[in-house]
Amino acid sequence: MPQVPSYWSTLTTPLIRQNPVTLQILGICSALAVTTSLVTALTMSVSLTVVLTLAAGLVSVIRRHIPDTIRLIVQIVIVASLVIVIDQILQAYFAEISRALSVYVGLITTNCLVLGRTEAYARHHPPLPAMVDAFGNGLGYSLILIVIGGLRELLGKGQLLGAQVLPLADAGGWFTPLSLMLLAPSAFFLLGLLVWAVRSLYPAQIEQPEYAPAQLKSPAE
Amino acid sequence: MTGLWDIFVTAAFVDNMPLTLFLGLCTFLALSKRPEAALGLGVAMTGVLGFTVPLNYLIYQGLLAPGAWVWAGLPDLDLSYLALIAFIGVIAAAVQLLEMVLDRFFPKIHAAFGVFLPLLTVQCAILAGSLFMVERSYNLAESAAFGFGSGLGFALAVAMLGAIRKRLVYADLPAGLRGLGIAFLLAGLMSLGFASFAQMAVAQ
Repeated sequence: MPQVPSYWSTLTTPLIRQNPVTLQILGICSALAVTTSLVTALTMSVSLTVVLTLAAGLVSVIRRHIPDTIRLIVQIVIVASLVIVIDQILQAYFAEISRALSVYVGLITTNCLVLGRTEAYARHHPPLPAMVDAFGNGLGYSLILIVIGGLRELLGKGQLLGAQVLPLADAGGWFTPLSLMLLAPSAFFLLGLLVWAVRSLYPAQIEQPEYAPAQLKSPAE
Repeated sequence: MTGLWDIFVTAAFVDNMPLTLFLGLCTFLALSKRPEAALGLGVAMTGVLGFTVPLNYLIYQGLLAPGAWVWAGLPDLDLSYLALIAFIGVIAAAVQLLEMVLDRFFPKIHAAFGVFLPLLTVQCAILAGSLFMVERSYNLAESAAFGFGSGLGFALAVAMLGAIRKRLVYADLPAGLRGLGIAFLLAGLMSLGFASFAQMAVAQ
């Protein structure tokens, strides 16, 4: 990140270049679990972005008052309280979606993305940049979720947001749904391919081989 | 007894935490680069899950569930919305305890974990274990079986992925796929394998 970040670059770098999911491996747990359809992916994205932005703001406001030793507990309590609020709102107004998301809304508490951003950024910055950064990261996360959720719903059921987009073979159309797309493995495959695509776009992100094969380095390994 | 065994096997294989439910993926991918660390993580996960899920069960039933305060003359008190904070507190304490025990008795293992041990606090799989326990309304024995089963499943998966990734140094991968990308694809393939366990469960 640049030394004097303008709000715009703080907001846009996490979208693709510094994407929290593909580069930093943060928050993938929920990213994969809720992406069987676009609706759940969208709900999850909105919930996470709201929680992340508010949590970053709150942590940043009280950043000078948190003793260093107990900061993790303070941050987790703040995040957990926000998640409880979101969870109650979802249960009250969107009961269907809330049931589909199961425990994954509660799991926003332990989403590494939230804690990662509050710990790494909000703790050292004034509220406004912290919230902008959190919002940008939330959007980056949402982008991945929406891409994967959209692809899985489109290829798995031929639908988008519950509306039939591709005519199914059963109903006289040409599209045979790939039911594998609705199962767990396809989420891994899609995200793996997505990571590949992003890294081909930005070769600087390619990981160096961690260790060379033994016989090339030293005979006695 | 068969009920408990069923829950155990289901939690370990059919509903495998990282591969089927996508829980705890962050540490699953980050710590599986070397088999030794992966095995250690698996053992720690089994311990923490097997310990916290029954404990959280007791706390939830004793203090938070609707009607838990009847004896105090408060039959309408429903504190279940506080479950999230209570669970996180218990997990943080359990992890802290584990860290102190390891530091005191097994300093080598403690050093091997490094920064990842405290991170178990924010491991989604551990919190999810407790949340699933509430959602599926297990009793005490069942929640213990569930905790151990899912911990064991996690250990199995992470050890396998660690072993595969170690062999991968000999593979000539496309540059963009190296590291994270191939780990995802591998996890996908393993997930396919574990999906066949679900078929076995149905066949029974």
